[in-house]
Amino acid sequence: MLVLFQEARVLEVSLFVPCLVEDLYPEIGEASARVLTRAGAKVLYPRGQTCCGRPVYENGHFDQARSLARRFIDLFENAGYVVAPSGSCAHMVKHCYLELFADDPAMLHKAKDLSSRTFELCDFLVNVMKVVDVGAYLEGRAAYHDSCRVGRLLGLKKEPRILLCGVRGLELVELARPDACCGFGGAFSVRFPEVSKTLVADKVADVMDLNANYVVSAEVSCFMNLKGYIEAHGLPVKALHMAQVLDSGKGS
Amino acid sequence: METKNSDFRTRSAKACLDVHLGQTLKKAACVHKAKTDKAFLKFERVEEFRALAHEVKERSLSKLPELLTRLEASVRKAGGVVHWARDASEANAIVLGIAAKNHVRSVVKGKSMVTEEIGLNKALLDTGCEVLETDLGQYIVQLANEPPSHITAPAVHKTRFQVADLFAEKLNVPRTEDIGELTLTARAALRQKFLCADMGVTGANMAVAETGSIVLVENEGNIRLTVTAPRIHVAVMGIEKVVENLDDAAVILSLLARTATGQTLSSYTSVITGPRRDGELDGPYEFHLILLDNGRSAIFSEPALREILYCLRCGHCLSVCPVYEKVGGHSYGGVYPGPMGSVLTPLLAPVGEADDLPFACTGCGACAEECPVQINIPKLLLALRAKNPKGKKGSQTFAWLAGHPGAFRAAASALRGLDPKLEKTRRAPILGRPLRAWAKNRSLPRLKKPFSKRWPNLEKELGKLRDKT
Repeated sequence: MLVLFQEARVLEVSLFVPCLVEDLYPEIGEASARVLTRAGAKVLYPRGQTCCGRPVYENGHFDQARSLARRFIDLFENAGYVVAPSGSCAHMVKHCYLELFADDPAMLHKAKDLSSRTFELCDFLVNVMKVVDVGAYLEGRAAYHDSCRVGRLLGLKKEPRILLCGVRGLELVELARPDACCGFGGAFSVRFPEVSKTLVADKVADVMDLNANYVVSAEVSCFMNLKGYIEAHGLPVKALHMAQVLDSGKGS
Repeated sequence: METKNSDFRTRSAKACLDVHLGQTLKKAACVHKAKTDKAFLKFERVEEFRALAHEVKERSLSKLPELLTRLEASVRKAGGVVHWARDASEANAIVLGIAAKNHVRSVVKGKSMVTEEIGLNKALLDTGCEVLETDLGQYIVQLANEPPSHITAPAVHKTRFQVADLFAEKLNVPRTEDIGELTLTARAALRQKFLCADMGVTGANMAVAETGSIVLVENEGNIRLTVTAPRIHVAVMGIEKVVENLDDAAVILSLLARTATGQTLSSYTSVITGPRRDGELDGPYEFHLILLDNGRSAIFSEPALREILYCLRCGHCLSVCPVYEKVGGHSYGGVYPGPMGSVLTPLLAPVGEADDLPFACTGCGACAEECPVQINIPKLLLALRAKNPKGKKGSQTFAWLAGHPGAFRAAASALRGLDPKLEKTRRAPILGRPLRAWAKNRSLPRLKKPFSKRWPNLEKELGKLRDKT
């Protein structure tokens, strides 16, 4: 009976749409929703989402971050699994919210509950849904960039690689320093643009050294940074978000 | 301490244009990473020891006054003299006093960041003393009249070609780019000085309260000569460096050389207890230990920042920091650069100075992952940002909008209607500056029909997809 019950149950997932995805890269949100659906989940979209609060948190405005965190926690209180196509936004909810409410037991309790239900996309696909092949097809060589928040802070190094290995036609190549920061760092990128540029230039040079067609990231902000630099310099390599790769070939 | 940090941005931007510096630092970072990774691979219990070292520092600091009092008694018992210095000028005055009393004309030094912090060299030079740095890297930067750019590799920013030029110019030797020969040149110049120096000055990697010993870690043997050849040895130490006993010291030592240089132990680890005793053939006749506060008690009183006092000064966080690798130590403008320096420098500097350093970090987390005593440096940097937040207007506006989804959507929609490629907005007041900074080297994204408006269609598409699968 229990087995039958589990089989009958559809896994419901609430899509957490980061602010950068909402207005600048909505196609990443769409791709994420399709990939999750193909993997067998029912995707829900809680209305009223804005921003998790990371930008103000990073600038040291903890009170404003707390009020946005409170809002987010309320919005997703009964949302079941929460999945974001972004390591830093998932990390904000999973870890930074706990710091923000360390002295507020009631909120901390809610934050912990949400933390345990929140996942970055690759993490959710591989570790919760146990999916390694989403039926994607993409021809070419891809270098995977370990975004700091995905690889180091969320500890997700093998999950994105497992998924990329499952993409037909795609050859995964390893960067000399896959976990070297791309230099985005939120406001850092515009507060110290020269340093940020030097970092992203170094990262893209490593990608070019491998003759890769794509540089793939599971983090929207790294994707934006890499894409911006590559496009501004007209380089023959393309930045892709993980969700776009997994959505390639329309799952055929 | 000299701090002119309000201008990290200008200095770092300039450093990014220096191709030699970039290559030198990148190479140094790669070599360091390979060496330290290897050292830790061979050390199976590394995580256990990191936690243990954290616990040692936490416990030592929790009873700091008691340990310092015990240390003072133990040092006295061993025949040494203990001095307490509230700040840099008191510490320098103590050293100058010892030097004057003993008619000191020449001083040799072991590399010590704390003496950089208090500006001891200048104070000694001003009295007419000769002061010579004996660590090879520190000797190089002293010859070049520069501050160290790294706390354990002071001349890491210099290529051997630059050192070749420097030695030829300052030491009047034929120019050579051979590292072995350059080292021998420095060695020959220094050896004579050790033998005639009146006073040796060092820092201390640790002091052991129970035994009254100081622990010194080095690779060149220069510190051993500094503490044995001259008739007086003065050690200057931040008060946070005291540990309870030799067992605690051993825990720290098991990590210190591994992170500093990728060695299991440094070539020389000296545990020094008091001056030369009766019947002994060498060692100084006087041993002085200066316990320096210089803002450390104030840091201790702030729980959110206290962890920076756990710092061993191993320099590992500098070597693994992506920002440090691109800008070098001099960009930070203070004595302590890199991640630990971005916490410590603003705390030691006068209020308002160096307040951009806590923002000079991408939050990549490499320092926290690698720190031998598990200091969560990004968290400390955030705590400092919270004390003195930046971008108030922008953050306030953004946070208000994000708190009101209707307004949030309307603002984005209006902007998309007026200026989807963000071209005009680049000249606007609040948003303009960051957009221009971004657009210097990166194409700007364009505003698209938002996800929330696409959802109804997407939802239908997903329904069909689900039916198919």
